[in-house]
Amino acid sequence: MIKNITCIECPVGCSLKVDIENCRVVKVEGHKCPKGEKYAVSEIESPVRVLASTVLAQGLPVKMIPVKTDAPIPKERMLEAMHEIKKIRVDKPVDVGEVIKDDLLGLGVRLLATRNVRA
Amino acid sequence: MIERDLVVVGGGPAGMAAAIEAYKCGVKDILLLERDQFLGGILSQCIHTGFGIEYYKEVLTGPEYADRFIKRIREIPDIEISLKSFVVSLTGDKVLTYLKPGVMHTVKAKTLIMATGCREKTREMVHIAGTRPAGIFSAGLAQKLVNIEGLLPGKEVVIVGSGDIGLIMARRFTLEGARVKAVVEIQKESRGLKRNIVQCLEDFDIPLYFKHKILKIYGKDRVEKVDIVEVDNDFNEVPGSKREVTCDTLLVSVGLIPENELIEMAGVEINKKTNSPISEEVNKTSIPGLFVCGNSFKVYDIVDKVTHDSLGAGRLAAEYLGFGEKK
Repeated sequence: MIKNITCIECPVGCSLKVDIENCRVVKVEGHKCPKGEKYAVSEIESPVRVLASTVLAQGLPVKMIPVKTDAPIPKERMLEAMHEIKKIRVDKPVDVGEVIKDDLLGLGVRLLATRNVRA
Repeated sequence: MIERDLVVVGGGPAGMAAAIEAYKCGVKDILLLERDQFLGGILSQCIHTGFGIEYYKEVLTGPEYADRFIKRIREIPDIEISLKSFVVSLTGDKVLTYLKPGVMHTVKAKTLIMATGCREKTREMVHIAGTRPAGIFSAGLAQKLVNIEGLLPGKEVVIVGSGDIGLIMARRFTLEGARVKAVVEIQKESRGLKRNIVQCLEDFDIPLYFKHKILKIYGKDRVEKVDIVEVDNDFNEVPGSKREVTCDTLLVSVGLIPENELIEMAGVEINKKTNSPISEEVNKTSIPGLFVCGNSFKVYDIVDKVTHDSLGAGRLAAEYLGFGEKK
């Protein structure tokens, strides 16, 4: 089966033609860089996304602290992950890259702060 | 009057890159004015990933991209950063007046770089009929409310226009528990990046209607519903295609305009159609020594290109002051 998808790895957005046999990718065409091929395989076989959101800050000069997962998570678990993220409260200053939550949803993925917040 | 070699207006990615590059080229007396209480500009509210692929060769979020520059600029003591500093006037000989809480300051710049960004087009600029209830937001304002203020402006959303900010906000509202019922685009295709159509709409089964427009907004105190209609190639209503969609919120994502009122005040020639300075060369204006960079020069699609061109503005400013080759 041939499926046409758009690569989302960068703003170029290559149109990929993916040949699928028994739920496995056997051939990818149309990618301008190696990321496209990797993306096509992942997108067809087990789609993942990096999740970016915010967590609530308490007693800090900002109301929200932006966060992201340090690795992509399964696409179908994004809303579940959001549910967990909404429970988080941060009341201490953080630096970019600091771990806000370990092992999100037991996926082995960490949630990292993406901005500096000083007291 | 205090005189500075270089004044940069705007502490977003454009202003920071220009100031850092001018310093590298030899300018040692730099004042950077930022109206917000933090550096970073619009990147602070762009919490999604996808920044820096060209410039840093890695995928960053907006705040992370900004942080790289904030760290670099903070390491340079010769760049004086003045936050909460709102420029209210500019003259043709580069005298700036700015307000800091409680105090009005005046400074003369030998050379000036304006990096004031852009603003969003509004509902009024796309002529949508109907009432004027609460619940109509430009997409970037909604982004600020959600990502900076922690407020969700609505639960059932229709988005007008398929620009990138609208697409990004469709995903953001969905993740936050709202329902995005439709993205309505009058053109045959989106102005947004293809990747955003995929990861912001298709991932969440949000319908995107090309060649459609909002005919009318209903609601007294709050948006209650909108009429959506298909249009032909001349943007005229296709008879019989009208249907209503109930919603409490309408996001408008119909484009951006460079913010250039200050340089206009100073007498710089402005293209009335695009609101960009009239210029043969990037970053230059009709006034020598007055440069414009980033989204106030022209609206860019990605920040990496803003950085690239704004570094050029820093070099131009240094050159104007008589500093030669980069150290």
